[in-house]
Amino acid sequence: MVDSAAPLPGQKPAAEPAATKTTTPPPVEKIGVLRWLKENLFSSPFNTVLTIITLFLLADWIPSFFQWGVIDAVWYTTDHNVCRAADGACWAVVAEKHRPMLFGVYPYEEHWRLVVALIVYMITIILTLTPRFWNLKILVPLWIVGGGTVALMLWGGLFGLTYVDSSQWGGLPLTMVLFTGTVVIGFPISILFALGRRSHLPAIKAICVTLIESMRGVPLITILFVAVNVFPLFLPEGMEIDKLFRVIVGMAIFFACYQAEVIRGGLQAIPRGQYEAAEALGLGYWQHTVKIIMPQALRICLPGIVNHIIAALKNTSFVLIIGLFDILTATTAVMQDPLWRRFFVEAYLFVAVVYFIFCYALSKYSQKVEGWLSEGRRF
Amino acid sequence: MADIQAPRKSNTSILNSIAFRGVAYQVLLAAGVAFIGYYLYVNVNANLERQGIATGFDFLSEDAGFDIGESVIPFDSSQSYGRVLVAGILNTLHVAIVGVFLATIVGVLMGIARVSRNWLVSKLASGYVEVCRNVPVVLHVIFWASVIRNLPSPRQAITPFDGIFITNRGIIYPIPEAHGIYPWLGVALVVGIIGAFVLGRRAQKRREETGQFIPTFWPGLGLILGLPTVVWLAAGAPLVWDVPALRGFNYQGGASLTPEFVALLIGITVYTGAFIAEIVRAGIQSVQHGQVEAARSLGLRPGLVMRLVILPQALRVIVPPTTSQYLSLTKNSSLGVLIGYPDLVNVGNTTLNQTGQAVEAIAIMMLVYLLISLTISVFMNTYNRLVAIQER
Amino acid sequence: MSETVLANTAAVEPVIQLTDVNKWYGDFQALRDINLNVDRGERVVVCGPSGSGKSTMIRCINRLEEHQRGTIVVDGIELTDNLKNIEAIRSEVGMVFQSFNLFPHLRVIDNLTLAPMWVRKMPKKDAEQLAMQYLERVQIPEQAYKYPGQLSGGQQQRVAIARALCMQPKIMLFDEPTSALDPEMIKEVLDVMVELAESGMTMIVVTHEMGFAKTVADKMVFMDDAEIVEVATPEVFFENPENDRTKLFLSQILTH
Repeated sequence: MVDSAAPLPGQKPAAEPAATKTTTPPPVEKIGVLRWLKENLFSSPFNTVLTIITLFLLADWIPSFFQWGVIDAVWYTTDHNVCRAADGACWAVVAEKHRPMLFGVYPYEEHWRLVVALIVYMITIILTLTPRFWNLKILVPLWIVGGGTVALMLWGGLFGLTYVDSSQWGGLPLTMVLFTGTVVIGFPISILFALGRRSHLPAIKAICVTLIESMRGVPLITILFVAVNVFPLFLPEGMEIDKLFRVIVGMAIFFACYQAEVIRGGLQAIPRGQYEAAEALGLGYWQHTVKIIMPQALRICLPGIVNHIIAALKNTSFVLIIGLFDILTATTAVMQDPLWRRFFVEAYLFVAVVYFIFCYALSKYSQKVEGWLSEGRRF
Repeated sequence: MADIQAPRKSNTSILNSIAFRGVAYQVLLAAGVAFIGYYLYVNVNANLERQGIATGFDFLSEDAGFDIGESVIPFDSSQSYGRVLVAGILNTLHVAIVGVFLATIVGVLMGIARVSRNWLVSKLASGYVEVCRNVPVVLHVIFWASVIRNLPSPRQAITPFDGIFITNRGIIYPIPEAHGIYPWLGVALVVGIIGAFVLGRRAQKRREETGQFIPTFWPGLGLILGLPTVVWLAAGAPLVWDVPALRGFNYQGGASLTPEFVALLIGITVYTGAFIAEIVRAGIQSVQHGQVEAARSLGLRPGLVMRLVILPQALRVIVPPTTSQYLSLTKNSSLGVLIGYPDLVNVGNTTLNQTGQAVEAIAIMMLVYLLISLTISVFMNTYNRLVAIQER
Repeated sequence: MSETVLANTAAVEPVIQLTDVNKWYGDFQALRDINLNVDRGERVVVCGPSGSGKSTMIRCINRLEEHQRGTIVVDGIELTDNLKNIEAIRSEVGMVFQSFNLFPHLRVIDNLTLAPMWVRKMPKKDAEQLAMQYLERVQIPEQAYKYPGQLSGGQQQRVAIARALCMQPKIMLFDEPTSALDPEMIKEVLDVMVELAESGMTMIVVTHEMGFAKTVADKMVFMDDAEIVEVATPEVFFENPENDRTKLFLSQILTH
């Protein structure tokens, strides 16, 4: 009986004396830089025209941008008139205003606490994202210590640190608090919503579907309006909940409804056999969900999950509308300064770079994790 | 207790029955939801009464007392809250529809550029996509609003073409003066479009029956553009441009786009365009190369391969996520509130502040957006059902 | 145009001529000095270990791959960059792929009528008649109004063969047509190919199905390491191969 051929490369040298082989080199025009240029820039008349037009435009833009952003730019000055006199960019606005942009209205003398908080926060996040530390025995203490330090630095009130109310928090640390709060509160909710939407119990399913679909149908702004304007009306007389906390919960539920749809996709992609195997082992609903189904589902939809986490980070900027001083609100407020107002492009570019670094790093990280998963690496 | 010989009863207890547990969970949840709803309702009523805020939707017929910068329907401050909210909804739809149109063009061009074999073009397109989607849409909108606010004043307007003025008061451009024949040009255009459609159908039928090809693109385009031209020429080619001119501190004549509209439009278009570009790229790449090879090996021309094989398959992948981008663009148009564009959320917010009726105002905003989302979802699901590829 | 060329070249000329064909992927040589003639009505079976250049060679014949040196003449037309020539050749040369490559968004019947209608400019009715005729020939007329995703692998490959035949090609190329199929489906596809061979079609088949090769081949071609190592009649090829590499390959493939 015939079968498909086994590859032979191992035996080849024995079967054929190398001397008889005529090894012809590839034609010269097909190798090296020239080939690269031909294949990637001039492969057809249309492509050639496209390349020439693009090069022409770039030759026009890049030097003038370089002239503006580097050669003619003012890098450091405390005098806005120096910037006004210059033709180029005024990066000095960032140097001059970086404190209010990064830290908002937080008491000036206490800014060092925010620097400490940011450093501790970044270390905590980086360690959390390192696979070597993916172990609850490390992560739980890490987050207790990290979160505790950040909270202590932000609020103060202990160890001789003056108390700073959450209404005075601002800038990048506030963005971090909003982002982390949203994801940490929202993620568990999203898992419950996703399971609820796939539930066999009609009442639970109906409630989850209604909630998820209505949240996804309205703009985030309206949710923030509810958190700020309507929610206080829900509380009995005399009871108040911190505005920052209300906003975070609102954003977390909004985040959870989008994330629930992603996780539902992951749950749907798991073959029926996995459920049947889990039930055959005699595991109860919560046991098989937590131990068998959920880990697989989360793996499958990892790219989608990270996309929505990135969206959550970008969405923190919506608090501009309700007057919380995150990095963007703080910058916008700083740009009301009539002396420096005309250098808004530089200031907003700086903020854009901050957001870009975090979002881009997160998306690159998720691609890396996807790579590890497809290699079958175990964590 | 007494009868220890009996089979262990706990296993058959009603509390362990799956069906009973299911019902119990649901009853508990429903009761919980109902209780929370009632509790909140009571609290809201008590709080509103204490603060002396009216409830209900009577305010909709009261005078709004504030003006809005632009409106699709005529509006002034002596008209009602109801009407200003309708004006807001129309403004939302106005910027959203134009935005969807532009974002689609940007997204499709950039998506195609990303899969281009031209290295330079594809790298530039990925640069655009990466930068624009990793920066919040709020920043996009604020940035463009600042750019426009810092444009020169009408006296020093930027004039890229004669008659077009780009200023911090918006973009002012000439329009033809009204003339009695112009409505008929519109009629001629519609007739032309219908004619081109009929032509296309007949050409297809002819091709199926005889195999003969009748060119339809140029004749169709000729019909669509030619018919209005003929009508216009027949009427003696009336054309007087209403060219804007500087009078004092601002322009008179012509038409204009407000700075708020332009800033919001650019912001949401550039942001959403980056996402659509990514969807288009993924859609094109989802069509396996073997499909192209099979089509080419049947002797189909590259244009036909694109039209008959690649596009129909890519569109199935592209359309659903693009629709949710359209929805997200529509929702992001609510950022008009940030820069003073009188969209629904902006006028709703003003209404809220003036009347204090937060619950009603916010409920109206949410319901309108929900309605828009639901309408689009229904269309979407129908489309998906129609084009779904049959599998075993 | 092709008819005049045909008249000039008469029956003595081979319908496919590969002369000193070379191809590289980057610095890797995929084809080395390939010379091969195929006569009208001849059935050629190409075999060899994977990565030896078999698929590349037949993909060069309808220019799904571009060769960089040497000449390929198909039905009197030399393959150059001229798009019109390439399309003319492709409509005369049918190709069947390992992974079927049916169009998933079209019903079976529409898969079959697509090229006759758009390339041959055939009326829809005639194209559908033709399609049904070939579906009967591959013995699945009852599947005409299903989508490819609803068929088994063997059925899909038979549809792919019928799709190629609907262009009424002079030459059929098969690129490992049964490699992606479950064993029980291989026979139904091979039966169709044997029937096609008996009808006098010019065929080049890349396959490891040696039973099929013995039944239909006029000429066996063995490739290894980017070159043609041995060309022989099936009798000589299977009973008495000249080259050591051929012997080794046959011993590996036939001793199961």
